[in-house]
Amino acid sequence: MMQTPDPQLLFDLKVAEEQRIEPKDWMPEPYRRTLIRQISQHAHSEIVGMLPEGNWITRAPSLRRKAVLLAKVQDEAGHGLYLYSAAETLGVSREQMIADLHSGKAKYSSIFNYPTLSWADMGAIGWLVDGAAIMNQVPLCRTSYGPYARAMVRICKEESFHQRQGYEIMMTLAKGSQEQKAMAQDALNRWWWPVLMMFGPKDDESPNTAQSMQWKIKRFSNDELRQKFVDATVPQAEYLDLTIPDPDLKWNEARGHYDFGAINWEEFWEVVKGNGPCNRQRLEARQKAHAEGEWVREAAMAYAKKRVMSYEL
Amino acid sequence: MEWPLWEVFIRSKQGLDHKHVGSLHAVDAQMAMENARDVYTRRREGVSIWVVESKYIHASNPDEQESFFDPADDKAYRHPTFYEVPDSITHI
Repeated sequence: MMQTPDPQLLFDLKVAEEQRIEPKDWMPEPYRRTLIRQISQHAHSEIVGMLPEGNWITRAPSLRRKAVLLAKVQDEAGHGLYLYSAAETLGVSREQMIADLHSGKAKYSSIFNYPTLSWADMGAIGWLVDGAAIMNQVPLCRTSYGPYARAMVRICKEESFHQRQGYEIMMTLAKGSQEQKAMAQDALNRWWWPVLMMFGPKDDESPNTAQSMQWKIKRFSNDELRQKFVDATVPQAEYLDLTIPDPDLKWNEARGHYDFGAINWEEFWEVVKGNGPCNRQRLEARQKAHAEGEWVREAAMAYAKKRVMSYEL
Repeated sequence: MEWPLWEVFIRSKQGLDHKHVGSLHAVDAQMAMENARDVYTRRREGVSIWVVESKYIHASNPDEQESFFDPADDKAYRHPTFYEVPDSITHI
């Protein structure tokens, strides 16, 4: 008689052997739930992330900058769609995910709850926010769930342009007039700390990390990624001749890393809880866009049905 | 009501197969095609697109993977390395 292998053992073995888990494979419910939460949160971040930059499309300083920003925001829409599509393979519907975003049940990256006050913020976002996102996303290309890993490969290929165009904006401003350089410095001052918060709570306060690493959803801890980001970014700021707003930032010869100052975690949790500068504005913009698009969605569906009926006649 | 789900397949260049890239929602094939172009080929990743409504895809069951693919397991004679040919014989 054939013995049915224990599905949990089979799953553990696949993960240990670096095989990918695919949609119809058996998986533990908490693994599925964690992935749905993480992938949909990631998708929502791409979608809400269009709002702070969308704010500057009509006011970009040149046609070139405008075309670039438009292409970047379109990519973000695309990234959101790749990710929603990956999450749907786990059995959650697109409608449900959107409803959870709009009701406030689902989260998105807290960074997008900060305002974009000047054109220099487009530079700082591309350079720092997308830079931090890349640090997070590159290891996710090897995440254990196949559709998520494949979506991340596609995203990472496109993300590098986002960071480089941001750095180019910063370079142009930093080499420009006194006022332009001051704009760039001001943007760095405002974005630096929220960007460091993007990596999430400290390792000892991040209860899900150990399990996610065991499942190989996550490959590096929050603090490891944050450190990598700081190490990579400091020389980039030095080249721009801009000052990172952290008096404790200092190269540590013994560690081979930069030491940096304490993060204001109170601010982080306030923003996560919905009390950041733009939380309400962002959610309202999403809800409004969705509500105002309802007649379009219905009309398109009705038109498609009518066309099918006319074929069948 | 949610728009139907479509699976997207892209031929990246002439001479290669269409490959599954992901899915999207659209009301009909024409919209699925246009959305696939905008979502999956913003950088000339394709020269041809197939879309098929997801409900028409039938997939093998991973739980039966072993028994389903079993018939291929014991037929080593389907592979060229099964046959002994002297080293002095070339072009074979």
